[in-house]
Amino acid sequence: MTDERGGSTTGEGFAVLGVAIRREPWIFTLSTIGSLLFGVMTVADAWVLGWATDHVVVPAFRDGEIASGLLWAVLGLFMAVAVLRAVGIVARRLGAGLMQYRMQAHSRREVTRQYLSLPMEWHQRHPTGQLLSNAYSDVEAAWGPIAPLPMAVGTLVMMVVAIIQMLAADVVMALVGLLVFPAVVVANLFYQRLSSPLMTRAQGLRAEVSEIAHESFDGAMVVKTLGREAEETERFSARARELRDVNVRAGRIRAVFDPTLASLPNIGVLVVLAVGVERVLSGATDPGDVVTVAYLLTIVSFPIRSIGWLLGEFPRSVVGFRRTQRVLDATGAMPYGDVVLPAPATGARLEVEGLGFAYEPGIPLLDDVTFDVGPGRTVALVGPTASGKSTLTHLLARLFDPQHGRVRVDGLDLRDLAHGTLSDSVSVVGQTAFLFDDTVRDNVTLGADVSDEQVWAALRAAEADGFVAALSHGLDTTLGERGTSLSGGQRQRISLARALVRRPRLLVLDDATSAVDPEVEARILATLREDDRGSTLVVVAYRKATIALADEVIHLDGGRVADRGTHDELLERSAAYGRLVNAYEQAAHEESAR
Amino acid sequence: MSATTDQGTRFDTGEDLAPIETIRRGLAVSPELKEGLRLTLVLAVVASFGQVIIPIAVQQTIDRGLRGPGGPDVSFVVLMGLVAAVGIALTSTASYLMTSRLFRTSERGLATLRVKAFRHVHDLPLLTQNTERRGALVSRVTTDVDQISQFLVFGGLIFVVSIGQVLVATIVMVAYSWQLALVVWIAFAPLFLSIRWFQRKLTAAYAVVRQQVGVMLSAISEPVVGAEVVRSYAVERRTQDRIDTSIDAFKSASITAQRYTVVSFSLGGLSAGLANAGVLVIGVLLGFAGDMTSGKVLAFAFLVTLFVGPVQMGTQILTDAQNAIASWRRVIGILETPADLVDPGPDGRVLPRGPVDIAFDGVTFAYPGGPPVLHDVSMAIEAGTRVAIVGETGSGKSTFAKLLTRLMDPTEGRVLLDGIDVRDVAAASLRRSVVLVPQEGFLFDDTVTANVRYGRLDATEADILASAEELGLADWVAGLPRGLSTRVGQRGESLSAGERQLVALLRAHLADPDLLVLDEATSAVDPQLEMRIGRALERLMNGRTSVTIAHRLSTAENADEVVVVDRGRVVQRGPHADLVTQSGSVYAGLHDSWVAQRSTPTA
Repeated sequence: MTDERGGSTTGEGFAVLGVAIRREPWIFTLSTIGSLLFGVMTVADAWVLGWATDHVVVPAFRDGEIASGLLWAVLGLFMAVAVLRAVGIVARRLGAGLMQYRMQAHSRREVTRQYLSLPMEWHQRHPTGQLLSNAYSDVEAAWGPIAPLPMAVGTLVMMVVAIIQMLAADVVMALVGLLVFPAVVVANLFYQRLSSPLMTRAQGLRAEVSEIAHESFDGAMVVKTLGREAEETERFSARARELRDVNVRAGRIRAVFDPTLASLPNIGVLVVLAVGVERVLSGATDPGDVVTVAYLLTIVSFPIRSIGWLLGEFPRSVVGFRRTQRVLDATGAMPYGDVVLPAPATGARLEVEGLGFAYEPGIPLLDDVTFDVGPGRTVALVGPTASGKSTLTHLLARLFDPQHGRVRVDGLDLRDLAHGTLSDSVSVVGQTAFLFDDTVRDNVTLGADVSDEQVWAALRAAEADGFVAALSHGLDTTLGERGTSLSGGQRQRISLARALVRRPRLLVLDDATSAVDPEVEARILATLREDDRGSTLVVVAYRKATIALADEVIHLDGGRVADRGTHDELLERSAAYGRLVNAYEQAAHEESAR
Repeated sequence: MSATTDQGTRFDTGEDLAPIETIRRGLAVSPELKEGLRLTLVLAVVASFGQVIIPIAVQQTIDRGLRGPGGPDVSFVVLMGLVAAVGIALTSTASYLMTSRLFRTSERGLATLRVKAFRHVHDLPLLTQNTERRGALVSRVTTDVDQISQFLVFGGLIFVVSIGQVLVATIVMVAYSWQLALVVWIAFAPLFLSIRWFQRKLTAAYAVVRQQVGVMLSAISEPVVGAEVVRSYAVERRTQDRIDTSIDAFKSASITAQRYTVVSFSLGGLSAGLANAGVLVIGVLLGFAGDMTSGKVLAFAFLVTLFVGPVQMGTQILTDAQNAIASWRRVIGILETPADLVDPGPDGRVLPRGPVDIAFDGVTFAYPGGPPVLHDVSMAIEAGTRVAIVGETGSGKSTFAKLLTRLMDPTEGRVLLDGIDVRDVAAASLRRSVVLVPQEGFLFDDTVTANVRYGRLDATEADILASAEELGLADWVAGLPRGLSTRVGQRGESLSAGERQLVALLRAHLADPDLLVLDEATSAVDPQLEMRIGRALERLMNGRTSVTIAHRLSTAENADEVVVVDRGRVVQRGPHADLVTQSGSVYAGLHDSWVAQRSTPTA
């Protein structure tokens, strides 16, 4: 995903800086004052030199003697200027750094807040690697120009002061010198125009490189077992090479402009010298003035590059800013109501009414699904692969909102509930367990205020207490990113314990024990059924033992409710249902008949 | 299975590598960086002369043009100006050549480094059995390399130029007056002497910065990768707090590191003031001794600015370099972490095509630092048999799959395929003959076709449809919104877990292996479809060896042979019919619970 808007980015670059200045006005002011101090002192340096030339050096060489007081004055003046200048440097650079890092932090907070509030649909459309790149390198690029900003502002002031001094020294030479500044600005504008599209492309490629790396490392198991390392490396390397080529091209442009920008003031000095000699000859000016003007141009020539650096950062900055802005401008955050679910110590009532859902229009995953589950009852959702069971559980957790119909808990539409109140009463455990890069305890509590005893009780109910107790640090053992140091079954049980510790009034298990042995699964479900709170339970299941625990079975097929009733009723009524749940017996039967 | 894989699965952080050593090894990894370095350095020196042209011109003009013995000499001034202009043109050209060369070599070198590191990460054990954070691994081939690039092309360039300028300025200063040159160097002595101290501080500070980047990326990836959990448990607040903490920690680390840079930089400013004052005062004093002209003193004042600028630049870059070197260390750290599974490469043996026979010879496996998961397992499996490995969760049955497919090597003993130690088999041959379908078949964010084709790169759409037909999945493919062109989304998450397994199966079937290892490969598929696939596989496995690990014992019932694993040992072997009659055995117990859970109490 690259933004191909090219062209000059100067105006937009200033706008981005404007955002930063409005956000951190005080730090900006401090660092700018520091920079001004630095600038004034740099010019003062030239003035001290000029003064020393006229009042100390020239008389001393002419007369062969000098008052020692004057020498001390030279020393004192230079040192005073140097100390003030150092103070200026500290204020400028600390301020610039502080401003840059604070802006990065602000942006990262904003961007990650968006990640947290944007809906699942949005997340499904955006690769992990890209989002990480948005939050890291795009943010960094966006605020890159802050570092040279105070210096550039200081330089501007320095230029103004230098110009005044030059004008005071000699108007004609000053005018010659003045031509240098617009020349520098024009050269920079050209530079922007040429390099901006390349910077845009490079930033986009950085995100792609990150995307590929992320996905490839994520899928390492597949890559390795199919021996596709070479193909993966080629896929990564193609983008890395492209990034390299774009950077090299950008470098070539920079290589042209760097010496050009450095030469402009130098050429100015030469012209000033030529004109200066002419004017000294005609008696219009003193040699001292020639020295002053030439020196001013020389000392300004170094910092003048900081304006170049500032403008040079613009293309990257603007691109990074646009990319983060795209995240910030994304809409569709799930709206919440303000109704709080009451939490009596009984199971919740679940009503699903005319539910319709599709990711793409015309391809419904759920179609007019209606059923209800009374408090404390257990319902099994049974259906073939891809019949919409998981989608249904997603809607029960309100990971998505339905296009048609509604889901109600205790008579309240999920969309009217306040944020957080649904998860107090309803827990959904998915097929794939996601574990945080955190301790076992925190993975179970997720910050909820529960005692270790409750954590252990939940782990026990999920049959996870045994292996957790065997971990090197028990509850304090840190699980790696995405919990990969545990087996699939172990991860599932931790994620089940996470749901159980909340003592939900409605628990939805989406084949959440698929990686667990049948025996263990049976024990877990029995424990859940025996819970005295009488939680309502919705279980996506294939195993008959699990189905047998249900008061009612909902048979889903092709996104619709094919039938509902007890297991026996369905067996009697529906051949399809029988084929689905009796597949093992059927096979065993056929086997023995062979 | 052990959950504490504390050692051996981590990688070398490279944190204790000295800066010079880091650069040396970095250059060894990316030889491109050294290409034409000599010419680039020559160009840098030429380019840095550009900076002295003007002061010399000024001095010459003042001393000989303005204050010439016969009064101001216009023709001399004009000549001087022309010479200087030519000089500027030359040095600018040199500067252009140097910069573009530096860009070319650095970018080429870093692209190589990036790709090498990426390739090496795929050989690290932690990717498949890992404790480390993947986010941090990603950052090593992305932001860390970018950091080095930023330094090499901007910092490195300016650093080279700065050193050149300091040298040139010194030479010219000495030529003018060695005494004044000495004054300048003495003024800068405190700065030069303290550089090492700053370097040490900065090295430590930037190591923290780079480490915090990894932590921050890992935290930021939570709401992205774990979006579902974060939403279902409404823990946005807590997740945000964790992210905020990591963002702040990164910010503080950056600010701390920057402090040292600032202090060293301002020290440079003070030295400059001292140098200026010293030059004027000492210059005047030397003038009384008849050793100096006013033009020379003034030229010196210009030369001092030439000295100061690059010195300040240089110290600045030296400090910035610490950040880049910290990154470089981290990337080199990855490269120097030994791959646990060494591919014998071209010397490796090639498995003959056709069904593979398997032998475990005294195999013990333990995760590094953990207790053994398998104890001294010896067994042989004949070519062409269908074997089911069963056992309770945590019995070590998945370890068989990982050893057979060489995702890990045994701690002791050997795994033999067709009589050849898997460690001696060329990786290409092994991957061609042996395919594993894991429980969570990862899918790439692409179409079903692209994901299936991952099993056989030259497969046509017709091949894929034929495979689907063979596996009994044609209906399912036809039912997908866009058939084979349906996009599966991030990690395949637009499909259900069962469907992801179907794609993974199709992918493995298309790969046409001689030994197929299924590790709970159909656990999320509905029973009817699972049985259909099972029957299809039975047919397709004719003339191949298959090892199936499953807790649904339906597979075991149909296998030629069942291997029962309990606490890391093989406790029973034989056909289902025989084992099931051994009452009181582990298998009988597993079978009882299987029968119990597949039949309803009421039925």
